[in-house]
Amino acid sequence: MTDATALLREPWEHFERQQRAGKFGIWVFLASETLFFGALMLTYAVCRVEHPEAFAAAGRATNIWFGTINTAILLTSSLTMAVASQAAAQSERSRTLVLTCLGLTAALGLAFIVVKGFEYKEDIDKQLIPGAGFALSQAAAQLFYGLYWLVTGVHAIHLTIGIVLVVRLIVLGATRRIRLRENPEIEVTALYWHLVDIVWIFLYPLIYLPGRAS
Amino acid sequence: MSDVVLAGELPFPQRPDYLAAGSTLRSWLTTTDHKRIAILYAVTITVFFFMGGAAITAVRLELFVPNGWFLTSDTYNRLFSFHGIIMVWFFLVPSIPNTFGNFLMPLMIGAPDVAFPRLNLFSWYLTLVGGAFAVYTLIAGGVDTGWTFYTPFSTMFSNTHVLTAAAAVFVVGFASIATGVNFIATTHMLRAPGMTWFRLPLFVWSIYATSIVMVLSTPVLAISLMLVIAERWLGLPIFDPTRGGDPILFQHLFWFYSHPAVYIMVLPAMGVVSEIIPCFARRRLFGYDFMVYAIIAIAGIGFFVWGHHMFVSGQSPYASLIFSFLSFVIAVPSAIKVFNWTASLYRGQISFNSPMLYALGFVGLFTTGGLSGLFLASIPVDVHVTDTYFVVAHFHYIMVGGSVSAFFGALHFWWPKITGKMYPESWAQFAAITMYFGFNMTFLPQFFAGYLGMPRRYHTYPAEFQLYNVMSSAGAAVLAAAYLLPLMYLTWSLLHGKRAPSNPWSATGLEWTTSSPPPPNNFDMQPLVDRGPYQYHAERESAGTDAPEVQNARSLR
Ligand code: HEM
Ligand SMILES: [Cu+2]
Repeated sequence: MTDATALLREPWEHFERQQRAGKFGIWVFLASETLFFGALMLTYAVCRVEHPEAFAAAGRATNIWFGTINTAILLTSSLTMAVASQAAAQSERSRTLVLTCLGLTAALGLAFIVVKGFEYKEDIDKQLIPGAGFALSQAAAQLFYGLYWLVTGVHAIHLTIGIVLVVRLIVLGATRRIRLRENPEIEVTALYWHLVDIVWIFLYPLIYLPGRAS
Repeated sequence: MSDVVLAGELPFPQRPDYLAAGSTLRSWLTTTDHKRIAILYAVTITVFFFMGGAAITAVRLELFVPNGWFLTSDTYNRLFSFHGIIMVWFFLVPSIPNTFGNFLMPLMIGAPDVAFPRLNLFSWYLTLVGGAFAVYTLIAGGVDTGWTFYTPFSTMFSNTHVLTAAAAVFVVGFASIATGVNFIATTHMLRAPGMTWFRLPLFVWSIYATSIVMVLSTPVLAISLMLVIAERWLGLPIFDPTRGGDPILFQHLFWFYSHPAVYIMVLPAMGVVSEIIPCFARRRLFGYDFMVYAIIAIAGIGFFVWGHHMFVSGQSPYASLIFSFLSFVIAVPSAIKVFNWTASLYRGQISFNSPMLYALGFVGLFTTGGLSGLFLASIPVDVHVTDTYFVVAHFHYIMVGGSVSAFFGALHFWWPKITGKMYPESWAQFAAITMYFGFNMTFLPQFFAGYLGMPRRYHTYPAEFQLYNVMSSAGAAVLAAAYLLPLMYLTWSLLHGKRAPSNPWSATGLEWTTSSPPPPNNFDMQPLVDRGPYQYHAERESAGTDAPEVQNARSLR
């Protein structure tokens, strides 16, 4: 493994251990993130149990098209990210494949943000911001929208960080300042990306489906 | 205590240590050496400690007389809030983990550094950013919500700087998470050959358990503060009952973090004490395995008792009953630890060096604080003493009597290792004893005042409580002097202290096998561990054969 020494960092003596530590560290961080989003979703759950009708009404006011399109975009990005990470892990795969898939992932992430931007614009036009002049009549619908802005906002921030991380890999990899093959940073970034993805899988039904099911 | 010099080893190896590895400001601000980062933290939190202390000095002065004499109630509220926020989040939470944990944990497991050195530095910068928000809050006029930010006061009524204060805590929380991730990965991945889980020093165990608590509870605090910020700033109705929100929800989220947070403060302290007591009693630590299980139990059960802070909040009585029961349960592992420390002292050859005095002080004060916690855990008593000085006395016994004593114990125990200098022992003993008396004089009267009905967070009180308050304020002056003493003689020791040998206390443990101060990479050769910690034997000590028997993998070849 003479190649791997190029990727070896302080304080590690062996590359495999460094690789495992990186993976282990990101899993611990993801556990932390899970509680972060978990607390938010718990807040949502409590409020929804207290005000089922208002939440159903508010849920129907969301635009399910934006949400669904975004779900599709994000799931696809997860696929491209997984391919990038697997291709990088296998030494016989080409750099181009890794770089292409990373590029697609970043592009899809960006597309999600753009779609979200259109959705936010529509929400603002429809006066779905809690406060004076709020569009819906039920008081607790404001609660739904308060949480809506918060969770989608926090999710978008996480996704933006993810895009920055992926773009960083692309830039460093394309200019050959880091080696892509077997680089553990790709898998670590991928794990983070998948978390952001999974969070959305939970948010989608919580935001867009209340009141539409029956 | 005589310096034990190992046969064939030079007392002061002549090679660059981590402090000599660079002296420019830049070399410090860009360092990734865990030992230097520990020093950065130490300087930072010392500044915070004295800032928080200054605020509370004014509070105690104000309470000298029943009707107040120099503070408005508004200023008073801002002062105790600032004190609480600084002391809890900028001193106690980072104190032992980020300084001594950072410095010692890699040394104790035989690692060259933590798993993610750059993340370690990053988390210090996050602490600075959080601290900048806190200081800004103070300059801008302060905050009056108390350290708990209870809603709806913090979201709707307070007209002070809640946003920046909450942001300060939010940011420093991420520093905590980053540190926790780093320590967990380090403990898992970087132990020296032979350092099995059940050979880990208890300090490492406690830092490890603390890190797990940090990683799993801090995000919930972050969310609760984020919700406060969102409600206050953007007008979202999350906790506002008039618009469908739920104010109790905030308390659940907040205490889900903040009860475990008390274990973030106290578990590392327990770890420190478990290192000091066997060393100065020249005894093996009694019941090592039980101590480990107790640490795990405290960390685990700590997540399920938060509701004992909410007995009077209007939560359901069934919830209160369960929380009360679990609060009694969590006292069991703490009691096991106190029992085992005491048993370790039994028939030991005790020397009352300053670290030992602090450790013994910890055991006494922590026990008092813990027993008063049992009062609070039983619902009827809690309803009687809620929001009185009884609670103030309780948590100061645990956090100040416990954690801060242990912090000073650690400082004195590992000072020679960290700085390579010895300090004047008689001054240190004097400070330790003064601190103990000053502490009890300050907080013991508060139990009585509180039990008799003196509420907390008021700047005036009925004249009948004046005696207790005068005692308390006088004690606080003694305590303040005792805190300033180490600042002076330790600074003196940096400049004029005698060179420290690598193992001034004849302690076991890997950190004592490297030089004082350690070289940048901690060990000249990869250590190899062939036995558990605390192999002290009182009988053998006199024969001088109690030197640490840690072998070097490469020197064996
Ligand atoms: C182990 C270290 C401990 C620390 C650092 C600690 C710290 C604290 C703090 C900061 C508070 C104040 C909350 C407030 O501002 O309202 C508090 C209150 C309380 N503590 Fe502890 N505590 C510890 C152990 C315990 C134990 C072992 C118990 C129970 C067996 C306990 C039971 C309580 C209860 C019930 C309250 C609520 C009092 C009230 O608000 O009415 N604590 N503690
Ligand atoms: Cu608690």
